[in-house]
Parts: sequence; C-alpha cells; structure tokens
Amino acid sequence: MATTTLPTGPIEPTVSASASRFGGLRRIVSAIREAHGVPKFMLWTGAVISALFVITALFAPLIAPYSFDTYKAHGHNFPKQGSPDGDHWFGTTVQSLDVLSRTIYGARTALEVMVLAVIFSLILGVLLGLLAGYFGGWLDRILVLVMDALFAFPYLLLAIVAGFVFSGISGGGVVTAALSITVVYIPQYFRVVRASALSAREATFVEAARAMGAKPSVVIRKYLFGNVIQSVPVITTMNAADAIGTLAGLGFLGLGIQPTEAAEWGYDLDRAIDDVNAGMWWTCLYPGLAMVIAILGFTLLGEGLNDVLNPTMRRRRIRKVLLPAHTARRTVTAPAQPDVPEGEAVK
Amino acid sequence: MLTKPDIEPSGEGAAAQVGEPLVEATGLEVHFGLRGGLFSRFSGGPAGAVRAVDGIDLTLRKGEVLGLVGESGSGKTTLGRTLIGLTKATAGSVSYRGQDITALGERGLRPLRRRLQMVFQDPHASLNPAMDIRTAVGHPLRIHNLVADDREYEARVVDALERVGLTPPERYLGKFPGDLSGGQKQRAVLARAIIAEPELLVADEPISMLDMSVRAKILQLMLDLKRDLDLTYVYVTHDLASAKFFCDTIAIMYLGRIVEYGPTEQVFADPQHPYTEALLAAIPEPDPERALPRELPRGEIPDAARPPMGCAFHPRCPVAVAACGWEARDLRTLLENRWLELAPEAASREKSLFADVESLAADGQSSVAIAPGRGHTPEDVLEYLRHLREEASEAEPREPFWHGVVTMHAENGRAVVEFAPPRDPRLSLIPATGVQVACHLREPVGSTTGT
Ligand SMILES: Nc1ncnc2c1ncn2[C@@H]1O[C@H](COP(=O)(O)OP(=O)(O)O)[C@@H](O)[C@H]1O
Ligand code: SF4
Ligand SMILES: [Mg+2]
Repeated sequence: MATTTLPTGPIEPTVSASASRFGGLRRIVSAIREAHGVPKFMLWTGAVISALFVITALFAPLIAPYSFDTYKAHGHNFPKQGSPDGDHWFGTTVQSLDVLSRTIYGARTALEVMVLAVIFSLILGVLLGLLAGYFGGWLDRILVLVMDALFAFPYLLLAIVAGFVFSGISGGGVVTAALSITVVYIPQYFRVVRASALSAREATFVEAARAMGAKPSVVIRKYLFGNVIQSVPVITTMNAADAIGTLAGLGFLGLGIQPTEAAEWGYDLDRAIDDVNAGMWWTCLYPGLAMVIAILGFTLLGEGLNDVLNPTMRRRRIRKVLLPAHTARRTVTAPAQPDVPEGEAVK
Repeated sequence: MLTKPDIEPSGEGAAAQVGEPLVEATGLEVHFGLRGGLFSRFSGGPAGAVRAVDGIDLTLRKGEVLGLVGESGSGKTTLGRTLIGLTKATAGSVSYRGQDITALGERGLRPLRRRLQMVFQDPHASLNPAMDIRTAVGHPLRIHNLVADDREYEARVVDALERVGLTPPERYLGKFPGDLSGGQKQRAVLARAIIAEPELLVADEPISMLDMSVRAKILQLMLDLKRDLDLTYVYVTHDLASAKFFCDTIAIMYLGRIVEYGPTEQVFADPQHPYTEALLAAIPEPDPERALPRELPRGEIPDAARPPMGCAFHPRCPVAVAACGWEARDLRTLLENRWLELAPEAASREKSLFADVESLAADGQSSVAIAPGRGHTPEDVLEYLRHLREEASEAEPREPFWHGVVTMHAENGRAVVEFAPPRDPRLSLIPATGVQVACHLREPVGSTTGT
C-alpha cells in the first residue's frame, strides 16, 4: 500500500452484496449448496425419504384406502387376519383392520408427535439454554444439574416415567406422547445452546450491545439468539429420527397413544408379535419397515446436515483445477475456497 | 503502525482546552482478582490481584481529545472502559457531569449509555454477524426509544451512515457485516456510536486492526464527527504517532498509572518522563527502509499482579536513582543477566556462591538476607557483590541498580543487602508547561512525597 492520501473519497471497495433478512439461515443455505461427496449424498437421500414420509403423513386420508379404524366396507366385514390380496394389499389384522391404511396413518401419528415433541423441546431447551448461558450464576448451576440428571437417565425409561405422569394429566393422546418425548430431548438442546451462549456472551458485539444500554432481554433476543440458533437444526433432525423410535417404543410397551385415538406403528408391532408365531408376516413387516425407513431418512438428513454445517468436521477440499485447453500443459491442484467467508465466523 | 499521516492536523487542538469538566476520575483503581489456588480459595486468604488501574486522577473537559498511550497491558483499555462505567471500579470514583457513575448499578447506568459510547478495538467482532446494517446501526435508537416511527428511524440511520461516509446509504442498509471491509465495518460501528447523540466516545485502538490505507481516513472521519457533533474523545492507543496527530492531551500510562500527562505538543516536544522518552525514541522512522520498531530499553513490562516497588518503571529506567524502589528482585535480574552472558562454567561457579537465587524472586523485599551456597561464607558472597559493584562503576552506561544498595554486611551467617527505602513518585506539575509527570528526577526541589 502506498502512502496515505487525502481523505476525500471515503468509500472502500464494496464486496458483493447478498441481502437477506435471515443472516443465520443464509449461512446454512450456502453451506448446504456447497456440500460435496458423501455428506451431499446423505443429505439428499435423507431429504427425499423424509419428504416422502411427510407427504404420506399429510395426505394420509387421500392415500390410504380406508381409515385406520375401518373394519368393514360396502356392508361386508373385512377378513380377519387376511393375507395380502387385491382388496387389502398389505393384508388385515386380527381386528380386521387394513394393514396398509394403518401403516399410512401411522406416518401421520409419527409426524404429529415428532413435530410437537421437537417444537416443545426446542422452545424450552433453547430458552433455558440461553438464560443459563447468558446469566450464569445459581440459575445456571441448578439448570445444569437438572439437565445432567435427565441426560444421565436411560432415555426410554425417562420417557416411560414422563408418559405415566402426563397421561394422568392429559390422557393417552398425541400431546401426551409428545410431552413424554420432549422431556428426553430438552437436555440436548439445553446443552448445545448453553455452550454457544456461553461463548457468544464473551463476544465483543454482545459487550457492544451492553455498552449501547440494551437490557439483558434485548441482548438475548437480538444478539445471542441469532448466533446460537445455528447449532440447532442438526439436533432437530437427529431428534426427529429418534422421536419416531421412542414413540414406537412407548407404543410397543402399551404406554403410548390409545389405539382408538390414532394408528401407531409401535402398538401395531406389539399386537403383531403373536401373529408371527402363527406364520403371519404381514402385520409386523409393514409397520416395521415403515418405521425403519422413516428413521433412516431423518438420520441421513441429520448426519448430512451435521457434516455440512459443523466446521470442525469439515476438511478442506482439494479440487482439481483444469486449465482451459490452450493453456493447459498439466493439471494443477489448488485448495478450494474456504467455506465460510472471512470475517463472518463468530468467535 | 501509522507514522506520519499526510493530513494537516486540524489545528483545533489546543484551543479546545477550555470546556467545562465532563468526566472526572479521582483515585481510580480497578483490580482484577486472580483466582488463587484451591487452598487460598478455601482459606479465604488473599489471592493476588492484577492492578490494571492503580490510582488515577484525571479530568476530561468537554471537547477535549485525550489520548491514553502505553504498551500493551498498561491498563489503557481498562481505564477507558471504567471512565464510562463498563468496568466496575474497585476504588475511587468517576463522575460524569457531577454524577458519580461508580455508584450506579447496571440499571442506573443504562440511560447514561446513550451519552457515553465506546468503539471497540476489533470492528469485525463489534457487529453482530447475524444482523443487517439497518438494524445494527439504528439499534441504539430503539433501545432508548428515540424515534416515533419507522420513517424517522430510517431517516436517522441514513443520516448516520452518510455522516460516516457509507454513501450512498441505501447500498449499505441491507448488508450484513460479512459483506463489508474492515474500514467499512469500523465506519458502521462509528455510525452506531454516534446515532444516539453521545457526548463522550471512548475509542479503544479504533484503527489498529485496519489496513494501513484506511487508518488515516478513519482518524480524519473521527475528527470530522467531533467537529460536527460536538464530541469529546478518549483515544486509547499504543501508537504514539497517531496520538500525536489526533489528541489534544496525552496521558502516558505504565502499569496502571499515569506517568506523564499534559498537552500533546508539550509532551512530544519536551518529554519529561524517562518512559516517555523511551517511547518516543521507539517510534519507527518515517522512512520505510529503516522503519524497524526499536525495542524499548532493558527487559519487558512487568507483571501487573506483582508490580515493582516504588516507581514501577525502575527496572527498565536507565537513569533511576536510589529512591526509585530497588528491591531483591532487581538483584536477581542483574545476576541472571550477567550469568547469561558469561561462559557456562564461569556462570555456574558464580552461581554456586548462592544457596538459592530463586529466594530473591519474591516481591516487596527491600532488604534481603542471602544464604551462601555450600562451602561458601557470607563474606564470599559480599566480596563477590562488591566486585560486581566496582566493575559496574567503570562500565558505561552506568548500571543504576547499585544506586539503590545502601549497605551490604554479614549477619547470622547470611549476607544482608539493604536497599534504599522506596518512594512512589507522584504526579507533579512542571511549572509553566502544564505537564504533570511522576518521576523523582522531576520533582520540585524540597518535595518529600513519600510512602
Ligand atoms: N477482565 C479482566 N480480568 C482479569 N484481568 C484483566 C481483565 N481485563 C484486563 N486485565 C488485565 O489488566 C491489565 C491491563 O489490561 P488492559 O487494560 O487491557 O491493558 P491495555 O489495554 O493497555 O493493553 C492486563 O494485565 C490484563 O491482563
Ligand atoms: S522515578 Fe524517574 S528516575 Fe526513578 S525509575 Fe521512575 S522514571 Fe526512572
Ligand atoms: Mg487494550
């Protein structure tokens, strides 16, 4: 740089602008766009499976031939334990219910519970994590103690206990199941959010907000939240996968949703156990398969996101640079652009 | 480092000295408690404390630009932050327009924050990466409820951006900090700092993390803002050259204290304190060919948790006298430096005269009894020390350490070295200059301010 000139034109060269209202999300989106190799494969496979699952769940009444509790149509009762045929592609159960319809409606139940559980635990976990991380002190100590205790508990056992407690309060429906699962996941959000809030609290821009005269509630909402929330999508997708399994576990143990309220894969599996001994494979295969595929989808999505978003797991890619034909004598390897634009990284 | 800016000094410097007092600090101390070991925490014994600010008095007048200058670790940032209530004082007081702000809690300070603003060292870290410029720059308006509606908000933000030279403002409103260069970020930070019409701005090394090419522009921008908005500045820096250009008054800090304090021109033209002289000598040459930053004399800045006795600068001061606070630690430094230069065998022979040189390392010993090494008598040690003193008296430049040694004698099988009683140099006014300086060599004749 040459010597300083008179300060007339104060404009330094501008960097390309990409204005967006959601600064945090922008980073996630650009990271996803740059995904390569195995993470990219996992991400997209997971996304496709998850999308199919969600579509099935949303349009279950249109897709399923019957309702989950239909046992007769056109004046005829369905066959009892009928094997798969043209009328009932996946066969029928001992209660004369159509397995295909129950499997499809099971997706709907799973989605409902999953979404509710994720929303509940997200709100509570993030809120408590932010408060504990920002304020510290005795509030932090107490919350950490409680959360660690919850975390150390075997998760299914915890869900069962919570299920007992909540079913006394709100009956055996979707909300109860979601609440039982919520208790299991709050500590995960809490831990991650508290850790990022702890480090973000030391950031200069938080200090600057305090120096502007911002109240703690404003600092938390405007300065911490946006930076802390970025670690959350990964846990959310992982939890989504897990929630399906936990719900099924509860149902299998007869603690989940009452069969009259909704179709639920875990409950169906439980009822199908005797059928297996009698040589009837269809009552357990289809709900089981649906469960495995749904869990696989969300797990892949979560792992893929984790690989893409978690900078510590990312390795610098070496990309081959091919020179245009007329200049090329040989190929040159050069490191790819750093994934995060400089200066954007939060300390 | 910014050497000689090509900008004309604005010339409004010395004239601005006449304003009313805005901020006054008296006996200000900020000590950061060190976490002691497990034992001292349980026993409640005194864990050490870093004396980041250690007894400072100053008066900042309206319209003044005060420079806090010193090496890293001298407590400049802490002092600047304490002056606006961002760091709690552990003793003494700061008053803003007559109101004692050290007595106010966080809640009580909040309304004042509008008037007392801070620009932090790192512009990249000072802006929330997830917040666009429109929201970030105008946030003080929202916090202090200064605008009635969105139209007025937008107008104020646009005005602030124009003032700091982010033009056309519309181009910057929707951007995120990640889209801006370092200089642009610092401009945005300045826009945020001035938008709520502050009175005092503490700027903590506002240009040290910027490119050479924009440093002078940012300083000039700050001067323009001061002129247009009637601001008062505290400018924290380790860069004397930029302070010379920017400040009306300069306070040279060393280890939590002000050692020289006065009008910039006077301080630069005729530095009174040996530390100031050393700093001025260390300013790099304007000629880039020879612009190697020169080392300050003799050693490093000491640990602020265990400051030297007397004048904290004495271990590095080339002209120190007897009362400057000589102590056992200085003897150890002297011996170790000597042994480093000797051949290893000679060094270890001399070392064997002492049973435990590390015992000299404790702070605050103005008299020390040295145990002789195995097979040596205290007389051997004394003879050795006297020999060193004689050797030093012939060498140039004179080693000031020996001024501080009052007596050396044998007692109870040990060699006792007594140092002159330490005296803290107090800031005292040099007549007819307006400069205050804390050095025994500059004390008015007959003054005996001791501790
Ligand atoms: N928050 C803090 N906790 C403990 N020690 C601190 C803190 N802030 C500063 N210090 C210490 O106080 C001394 C002065 O620091 P600082 O004011 O940052 O100096 P400068 O800005 O001149 O480099 C240093 O020794 C530093 O380690
Ligand atoms: S008081 Fe003055 S002479 Fe003595 S050590 Fe300090 S600066 Fe040097
Ligand atoms: Mg500093």
